[in-house]
Amino acid sequence: MRVAIVTFPGSNCDHDCYRAATEVLHADAKLIWHRERDLGNPDLVILPGGFSYGDYLRPGAIARFSPIMEEVVRYAKAGRPVLGICNGFHILCEAGLLPGALVRNRTLKFLGLDVFVRVENAGTMFTSAYTEGQVLRLPIAHGEGNYVADAATLEALEAEGRVVFRYVDANGEATDEANLNGSMRNIAGIINERGNVLGLMPHPERAVSALLGSTDGRGIFESILAAIQGTPLGAAIAG
Amino acid sequence: MATANIPRKEPEITPELVAEHGLSEEEYQRIVEILGRAPTFTELGVFSALWSEHCGYKNSKPLLRLLPTEAPWVLQGPGENAGVIDIGDGFALAFKIESHNHPSAVEPYQGAATGVGGILRDVFTMGARPIAVLDSLRFGQPTSPRVRYLFSGAVRGAGDYGNCVGIPNIGGEVFFEEAYEGNPLVNVMALGLMRKEQLIRATASGPGNPILAVGARTGRDGIHGATFASEELSDESDAKRPQVQVGDPFTEKLLLEASLELIYSGHIVGIQDMGAAGLASSSSEMAARAGTGVDIDVALVPTREPDMTAYEILLSESQERMLVVAKAGHEDEVRKILEKWELEAAVIGRVTDDGIYRVRENGVVVCEIPGEPLVKGCPTYVREARESETIQALRAWDPYEAERARPLADPTAALRRLLASPNIASKAWVYNQFDSTVRGNTVQEPGGAAGVLRIEGTRRGVAATVDCNGRYVYLNPRRGAMIAVAEAARNLVCVGARPRAVTNNLNFGNPLKPEVYYQLREAVLGIAEACKRFETPVTGGNVSLYNESPSGAIYPTPVIGMVGILDDVARHVTLPFREPGNAIVLLGANTDELGGSEYLKVIHGRVGGDAPAVDLDAEKRLQELVLELADRELLASANDCSEGGLAVCIAECAVADRLKPLGVDVELSDALPTAALLFGEAQGRIVISCAEEHVEEVLRAADRHGVPAARIGTVGEPGGTFTIRTPEAEIRAPIAELAEIYHTAIPRIMDEPTTLAGGTGDA
Repeated sequence: MRVAIVTFPGSNCDHDCYRAATEVLHADAKLIWHRERDLGNPDLVILPGGFSYGDYLRPGAIARFSPIMEEVVRYAKAGRPVLGICNGFHILCEAGLLPGALVRNRTLKFLGLDVFVRVENAGTMFTSAYTEGQVLRLPIAHGEGNYVADAATLEALEAEGRVVFRYVDANGEATDEANLNGSMRNIAGIINERGNVLGLMPHPERAVSALLGSTDGRGIFESILAAIQGTPLGAAIAG
Repeated sequence: MATANIPRKEPEITPELVAEHGLSEEEYQRIVEILGRAPTFTELGVFSALWSEHCGYKNSKPLLRLLPTEAPWVLQGPGENAGVIDIGDGFALAFKIESHNHPSAVEPYQGAATGVGGILRDVFTMGARPIAVLDSLRFGQPTSPRVRYLFSGAVRGAGDYGNCVGIPNIGGEVFFEEAYEGNPLVNVMALGLMRKEQLIRATASGPGNPILAVGARTGRDGIHGATFASEELSDESDAKRPQVQVGDPFTEKLLLEASLELIYSGHIVGIQDMGAAGLASSSSEMAARAGTGVDIDVALVPTREPDMTAYEILLSESQERMLVVAKAGHEDEVRKILEKWELEAAVIGRVTDDGIYRVRENGVVVCEIPGEPLVKGCPTYVREARESETIQALRAWDPYEAERARPLADPTAALRRLLASPNIASKAWVYNQFDSTVRGNTVQEPGGAAGVLRIEGTRRGVAATVDCNGRYVYLNPRRGAMIAVAEAARNLVCVGARPRAVTNNLNFGNPLKPEVYYQLREAVLGIAEACKRFETPVTGGNVSLYNESPSGAIYPTPVIGMVGILDDVARHVTLPFREPGNAIVLLGANTDELGGSEYLKVIHGRVGGDAPAVDLDAEKRLQELVLELADRELLASANDCSEGGLAVCIAECAVADRLKPLGVDVELSDALPTAALLFGEAQGRIVISCAEEHVEEVLRAADRHGVPAARIGTVGEPGGTFTIRTPEAEIRAPIAELAEIYHTAIPRIMDEPTTLAGGTGDA
C-alpha cells in the first residue's frame, strides 16, 4: 500500500501521519512537498494537521491554492481515498471537497486535550473497523474546529449518514458540555457524498500506541487498509 | 539599493548618552581603552548591548563559575546556545531555559510568544529538532484584572506560538503571589533531540567564509531589548512597548525546517539566532568563539523599512532571523535550501582572520572593535551582599504564633481551601491551551509529576520538569534553591527518570542592592551544592536581573529546569492512584515544618518562618529508592510531596484523573501538630501506591536504601470518600467534591471572574 502525505509550509503533523502510515499500515509512505504536481499514484492521500501558511487569512485558505492541490482534487474526484485531519479538514472544506467550514472554537481558546467521539457510521471505508456507536478517546488540538454549515447541508449530512464522528461524553452521550468547540450538532468528522473523502478534527494518528495513552485511532487506518486491499474485516463490521 | 557612500551624522557621545545606554563611567573608560579612542555612536550601542546583564552576565558571571558543569555525559556545557547531554543509543539531548519577563510585563501575548520562539531557536541551532517545551510562569494574584490580562495573554501567546510551530508542551508550573504583581516571570524551557554527530556549534570559523542573514527582514522592533531587560520596570515601562518584539511562528517553523536541513546538509559551519542584541551579538559572539573576526556591511541586510541606520540594524531584535556562516563556495546550495522553505537570505559579509569586529555601511567602516574584548571583556562585578533584616526577622518568626492565635479547627475545610488555591489547583486551564501531543511521542502530558517523551527508535524516554518555590528562596535563599533542585529531581524520579542535568533561570531583582545580591549569591551556592550531590551538572541557562517594579522586587526565583532519562520508557510511572485496594505508602519522614507553606499563606495570610529543612543525602537515597521501585515495576503511582503538604499530595493522586476520582482511606500516627502533619511542607517525601502484594517488597527496599517508609492507607472506590485520620483530627469529604474544587478553581477565576466572592467588580 502506498500513502502520500502532503506537507504544506506550516504542516506539523506530517511526521505523525507518516509514522501512523508506516507503523500501522506498514505502508510505503511518502511526504509530498506542496509545490510538487505529482502524487505518484498512491492508494491514499493524507492532508495532515498543522498551521499551513500560519493559518493566515483563515486556516486552509491559502494552502488550497498550493500546486499539489489540483492533483489532490483530481484524485478525490476520481473516487480515490483522501483523509484530512485537523488543518487537513480545513483544507478539504476550503477546496470544496467537503461542505461547511470550521470557525473559531466557542471558548475562543485553543483546545489541546483528549476528547470522546462516537462513531456514527461504521459503514464507511474509513470506519469499518469500528462498530456503530463505539466511543473513541482521541486528542484534539485546534483553535478553530467549530463546525458550521447551513441547515440544508446539515440535514443532508445527517440523512445520508455522512456525519461520521460526533463529540460525546465518556458515556457516549452527545451533550453540550462534551461539545467543547461548539460544533453544530457535535460534528467532529464528516464524509463526502461518494464516501471517499473524510475530514475530522481529532487526531487519530496520535492515538495508535498504548504507550502514548490510546490506540483508538488505529481503526481508521485499519479500515482504509482493509478497503484498499479488499479484505473484509469480518467481525469488525457489526453495525 | 545603496544611495550614497556618505556615513550618516551620528549623535555626539556625551556622558548622558553613555548613561542612557546603561554603561557606567568606569565601563565607558574601559571601552575607550579597548578602542584607543572614543567610540562612535554605533560602537557605543554595540558595547551597550553586549555588556548588558542579558548578554554579558556582568553581575552574575563570578557566581555562575561556582556551578558544577561537568559530567561524563555532558557534551556541551555553558557558553553555547544550549547545553547538550548524551542520552545513549547515539542520541543527544539539547535543552535550555530562557526568560522573557520584561517583555511579558508590558505586552504579555507577544512577550510569551517570542519567549517560546527564542528558546526554540537556541535549541535547533545546535542541530537538534525541538521535541518539547515547558513553561514556568509567575504572576500576581489572579483576583486582579490586570493580572488576569497578563496571565491569560501570556498563556495564549506561549500556546499560539508553540502550537503553530508544532512543539508539544509537556509540563510546567504556575505560581500566583503578590511579589510578581508588577513583574511577572515568563520562563520557557525547550528540549531538542539529535544524533550525536549532528551537534553543531555556533562558530564563525574559516576566514573567507560568507555570512548570511536568513529569515525575516530586520525592522526597528526590539531595539535595545537586551538593555531594556537589564533595568528595573517602572511606570514608564509601558512606553517601551515598542521594544517588545512581535513573533511570527509560521516563519519560525520554516526557519526550523530550513536550519535543520542546512545543518544536516554539511554546507554550513555555524548558525546562530539573532536574538537578544540581534545582529550585533550573534555576529560578534560567533566570531569570538572561533577566534576570528567578521567584516559585515549593514547595507546588505534585508530591512523591513527604509533608512535604517547601522545602529538600528545591528541592535534590532526583530524575530525569526538567523545568522548563518556558510562554507565558501557552497552559497548556491545554501540558497537552494532556503528557497525551498521560502526564506530570504543575503550574504552580508565574510569571516576574517584579524579578530576585528568590523561593520560597514555602504562600504564605509562605522564600527571597528577588537572582537575578543567586546564579547569576553565585559567587566564583571562582585557586589556587596547583605541580608535584609526584614527577611531575617520573617525567617525567625514562629509560624505557630499564627496557629496558636487561630488553631486549625476544621482540617477538611482547610483542605478544600488549599485545593482551591490557584497555586495548588489543577493547571489544566493553562495546559489545555497547549498542544501536548503533536509529533506523537508524548508519553506523559502536563498534569503529572514531569513530562515524559519516548525517543523514537529506542526503548528510552526523556523526562523534564521546571520547579522553584520562590517563597522558600525568599525566606532562605540557599535552602530554597536547594529545595528547587531537590524537588525537580523528585519529580523526575516520580515518573521513573534518572535526573541527568540542569538548566537554570535565575530571576532576581536589582543586583546593585546588597539584599538582592545576597539572595543571588546564596541561591547560586544552594543550586551548586544540590547539583553536585545529585550529579546533575548545570549545562547553561539564563540570568534575568532587575525584576523589580515600583511595588518592589520579585521573590528571588531560581527556576530549575531538569532533564532525566528513562532506560525503558514503558516502565514510566504516573501520578494518579489507579486501582481500588492498592496500598498507599509514604516514602520519607513527616517532620514539623510549617514555615513558608501554602497553608500559612492561604489559611493565615502569612508568609514567614524558615523554609523547610532539606537533607540532600536523604533526598539522594529517596531518589535511588524510587528509581529502583520504578525499574522493578512495583509502583502503581508516585507523587512528590510539595506545596500543601501530605494531605494535598494524597488528594492530588486521588483526584488527578478527573473522570475517575478514587476514594482514599489513610491513617497517620506521627506525633506532630495536626497542621504540620497534614499541610506542612517537609521535604524528601514521595507518596506511592502499589498492589497489596508488593507492600512488603517496597518496605524492604526502602529499608535497604535507608529511607523511612510506612504503609499509611488504601485507595478506595471511584466516587468514594476521602479520609485522612490523624491522632487528633480527621479529614473527611466525598472525593467527587474535592475533585470538583481542584479542577474548577482556576477556570472559575479566569472564565467567570465576576462570580468570585469578593469579586473585583470588573466586567
